[in-house]
Amino acid sequence: MELVCPAGNLPSLKAAVDNGADAVYIGFRDDTNARHFAGLNFGEKQIREGLKYARDRKVKVFVAVNTYAQPSGWSRWTAAVDRAADLGVDALILADMGVLDYAAERHPNLNLHLSVQGSATNPAAIGFMHRHFGIRRVVVPRVLSLAQVANLIENVEVPVEIFGFGSLCVMVEGRCLLSSYASGQSPNTFGACSPAAHVEWRDTPQGQETRLGGVLIERRGHGEPAGYPTLCKGRFTVEGEIRHAIEEPTSLNTLDILPGILAAGVSAIKLEGRQRSTRYVSQVTGVWREAIDACKRNPQAFRAKESWHQTLAQVSEGAQTTIGPYHRPWH
Amino acid sequence: MDSMQSQTPRPRLSLGPILYHWSREQVLDFYAEMLETPVDVIYLGETICSKRRLLRPEDYWELAERIVAAGKEAVISTLALIESDGELKTLKRICADERFLVEANDLAALEFLEGRPFVAGHSINLYNQRTLSFLVARGLKRWVLPVELGRETAADLLAARADGVECELFAFGRLPLAYSARCFTAYNRDLPKDDCRFCCADYPDGLLVATQDGEPFLALNGIQTQSAGTHNLLPSLQEVTRMGVDLLRISPQSQHTAGIIEVFAACLTGDMDLASGMSKLRDWTPSGLCDGYWTGQAGIANSPMERRV
Repeated sequence: MELVCPAGNLPSLKAAVDNGADAVYIGFRDDTNARHFAGLNFGEKQIREGLKYARDRKVKVFVAVNTYAQPSGWSRWTAAVDRAADLGVDALILADMGVLDYAAERHPNLNLHLSVQGSATNPAAIGFMHRHFGIRRVVVPRVLSLAQVANLIENVEVPVEIFGFGSLCVMVEGRCLLSSYASGQSPNTFGACSPAAHVEWRDTPQGQETRLGGVLIERRGHGEPAGYPTLCKGRFTVEGEIRHAIEEPTSLNTLDILPGILAAGVSAIKLEGRQRSTRYVSQVTGVWREAIDACKRNPQAFRAKESWHQTLAQVSEGAQTTIGPYHRPWH
Repeated sequence: MDSMQSQTPRPRLSLGPILYHWSREQVLDFYAEMLETPVDVIYLGETICSKRRLLRPEDYWELAERIVAAGKEAVISTLALIESDGELKTLKRICADERFLVEANDLAALEFLEGRPFVAGHSINLYNQRTLSFLVARGLKRWVLPVELGRETAADLLAARADGVECELFAFGRLPLAYSARCFTAYNRDLPKDDCRFCCADYPDGLLVATQDGEPFLALNGIQTQSAGTHNLLPSLQEVTRMGVDLLRISPQSQHTAGIIEVFAACLTGDMDLASGMSKLRDWTPSGLCDGYWTGQAGIANSPMERRV
């Protein structure tokens, strides 16, 4: 089981490599990838240096070109595919059928992975993408239970990668438009959910307010902690009651079910967080490296160490974690 | 009749699948009423939750036959999120029936429909011309534009389409914004999904979510999240006609759907002016109108056109 780690810049890539990643995933510096934030991602020079750094240490580099191209921007997506192919990256992570079609035709030897944004959650969907584009891995959205993941693995030819840690996307990725409904920009069209330019923070007598595109998505008491303002984790009024109508501001953490993940035949575990700090990448990668190795050595005796949980808690958003959808009662 | 006045034919009207959990009687009464309206195409089937089984595929096929007998086109719509073997099996069975056109709402349906004519629903991510031609080569006959895309992308795709391929717009209804494994209606009742007690039946137009300052914002419909505002392209009828859009979809709501269809039909023929049509629609929608996606803004926004009419 491969450990796939995030890197939003060169120092993070090096931190992931140094702390035990088997593969690092990165994006170009534009809207062709789903972590399009100011100051993040890789230009030509950083990519070459990052590739060399990783290669010298036998770590793979994947490039995500996992947003959806519209006709007016099409050449940006094909250029991103060509650039990744020319650089000789180990895999390209794609979501858009048109972009997959282009990549499969133009670069038949390039490893293509279906991004989580590709929204494939069952054997028929994965089979379709495999048959047409020869995908060699699928990253499944964070909506399946572990039993469903295990069943999927038994029924597909394509190796399956799942999310193990980081922000918890509650919706089927690639098919969530909540962000563009409020702000005009979504992960599919712009490469970011709840983009910073549309977020406003206001101190009011009622409390601290967070607005996205002018819509009040959270109002909390003075001194209550504020997480990253994703719309689905805000508090709203439902039948007269103020609540987290969709999901609490928690992070996903699957350390405790690692033996089950290994037994299910998962090919790779992905850690979320290209937008997070280098410190986050080092700590999270280090903990997961140690945990996967311990689990592989002796899955029956595996218990997540308290120190691992403590380290992860320090870098978790909202300071709460959940097994999320992998655990049936969450549904 | 003013068909001589425009070079492109007027768009036909379609009725989307019922997205909510209505009783069997309500569903049957609804379709009996719809047969009397000027809608041209009717989409049928459960697209949201596989636990809702008040009508089976056989019931929908029977309804479809009645629709065809009434001189309208029937299309069978399929589930938007497929996770379990059971869901996949039902989907396969629906896709294997060749009497009616089928609307694919998950990639899985593309696998089962390949090689024969099909419709790609708005939850299939068709954002560019290469995806369109790829799916046309697999049998796509009609596609519903993903709802977050606006007129610029629609125009580019319309210009790139092959002959005979039809474009449908989601023209009226609460916007389908997201799907999850979690049932949000049950979650808000503190019920587990496995013991949901079909509480979504209590909300025939979804469960309203308002912001803390009291603005209607979203509507929860089981595993689906919708907009509270009703997306409405009535003010853009002339523009979409000029662009060559083939179909305009009206998404069913529990009240006034027949009236809404009449308004669209009358405004298309010129028998009703837009201002009168808009005033009726404003009275008939639960939480106001929006059309931001069409003009390239946030979906919740109202374009100046929408406000002016």
